[in-house]
Amino acid sequence: MSIIVNNIKKGFNGTEILKDVSFEFEKGKANLIIGQSGSGKSVLTKCIVGLYEVDSGEVIYGGENFSGMSKSERKKIRSEIGMLFQGSALFDSYSVQENVMFPLTMFSDMSKEEMLDRVNFCLKRVELENKNHLYPSEISGGMQKRVAIARAIALNPQYLFCDEPNSGLDPKTSIVIDNLIYDLTKEYDITTVVITHDMNSVMEIGENIMYIHEGENWWTGDKHSIVTTDNKEIGEFVYASEFMKQLRGKLS
Amino acid sequence: MNLFEHIGRFILMVKQAFTKPAKWSVLRKNIVIEINTIGISSLSIVALLSLFIGAVMVIQTASNIDSPLIPAYTVGFATRQSIILEFSSTMICLILAGKVGSNIASEIGTMKLTEQIDALEVMGVNSINHLILPKILASLFIFPFIVLISMGLGLIGGGLIGTQAGIITLEKYIMGLQYYFDPFSVSYSIFKTLFFAFFIATIPSYFGYYVNPSGGALEVGRSGTKSVVASSTVILLINLIITYFLLL
Repeated sequence: MSIIVNNIKKGFNGTEILKDVSFEFEKGKANLIIGQSGSGKSVLTKCIVGLYEVDSGEVIYGGENFSGMSKSERKKIRSEIGMLFQGSALFDSYSVQENVMFPLTMFSDMSKEEMLDRVNFCLKRVELENKNHLYPSEISGGMQKRVAIARAIALNPQYLFCDEPNSGLDPKTSIVIDNLIYDLTKEYDITTVVITHDMNSVMEIGENIMYIHEGENWWTGDKHSIVTTDNKEIGEFVYASEFMKQLRGKLS
Repeated sequence: MNLFEHIGRFILMVKQAFTKPAKWSVLRKNIVIEINTIGISSLSIVALLSLFIGAVMVIQTASNIDSPLIPAYTVGFATRQSIILEFSSTMICLILAGKVGSNIASEIGTMKLTEQIDALEVMGVNSINHLILPKILASLFIFPFIVLISMGLGLIGGGLIGTQAGIITLEKYIMGLQYYFDPFSVSYSIFKTLFFAFFIATIPSYFGYYVNPSGGALEVGRSGTKSVVASSTVILLINLIITYFLLL
């Protein structure tokens, strides 16, 4: 099921951050929200998942108006959302196993053995077998991201949100995380929304891209069209690094 | 934000904390963890303080009533009254407001900073209920025991120094402890403690939960300081109100 945002506006203390943003995040695709720092990507994501209330406009999950629902009505949709946060947001006092088991403990009626099976399955899926009893402080940043992905998929979500999944990771680990997110999207046929300003991620997994600029939906397309667009702002974003500039020079 | 806005937001937070938990078994488990974190881990400092303050009270009282007209057992009597009525409840709770309060504020503040609270909310967990209710219930349960232990150890500390230093005989000290003893003074102290426990758990939780995440570690540190100042002030204020109405 897709996620549709219609004419979303959001401001803080009189400053308008999101100005009438509309977009459709398609099912079974890696949907990317890209843009410069401070463009409103994270605010938009927090509006979509309900951490911020929108000032106007609507967020529709699979035909249901999420932004018009009460807190209790949102519970059903929330149980279908998995989210990977920028800093992983693992619970420090819980082990890897307890972190992944947490959503199962809170929202499922599984027995302890069934939960443990599911935890082991999710950890295996992110290639972290036998790390169950380690704590977040004992594993690397890349591993923390993978544990967070395992926690996000524990309840078989329909929607997966990833807020800057590559932040703080080396290029090689970033590609591993990108590919994992992409594979999970295809494997479970879920609607994945990735917030990033990493061009490597865009070129790896960008199937349906929204470029947000100063709180507005500036451009939409995919990883192929983004490198050929003559939009000035996109050009400055895509070809910001020396590497991309040289690549463009060679291609042209 | 002005004071009234803070009070309003605090009341709304407490109201949200006392909603039905998603799973009772998780709440029970969290209460046990919090009893250990808030209560059991504070026992050693409480024991140490109580023994030493009890001892100091005996020395201070004895040195100030050095008169043949005042009976020797008065040392035991004065120590008992001071410890039961004020030291073990108010002073120990003020100390715990510092120890436990800063711990709670920094724990919840860091969770806010590192988006762990956002993670709970996205999952559909009522984060205030999940994080704060176990702390409130654990404090309400364990603090009266801590205060009772403090009372016992304070009186033992006083007796030890009194007899070992030759200030008072054990018989006279015990006689002083029993002299005109009214069990209501213990009930009064426990009654006060319940109020203190509630605010020691909720005020730091408030400052931690509503920390400004963009302020980083500095803001978490400030929230700890603010919470200790605020909870200490509230404890002193409540102590005055309860004492006025119950003892006057």
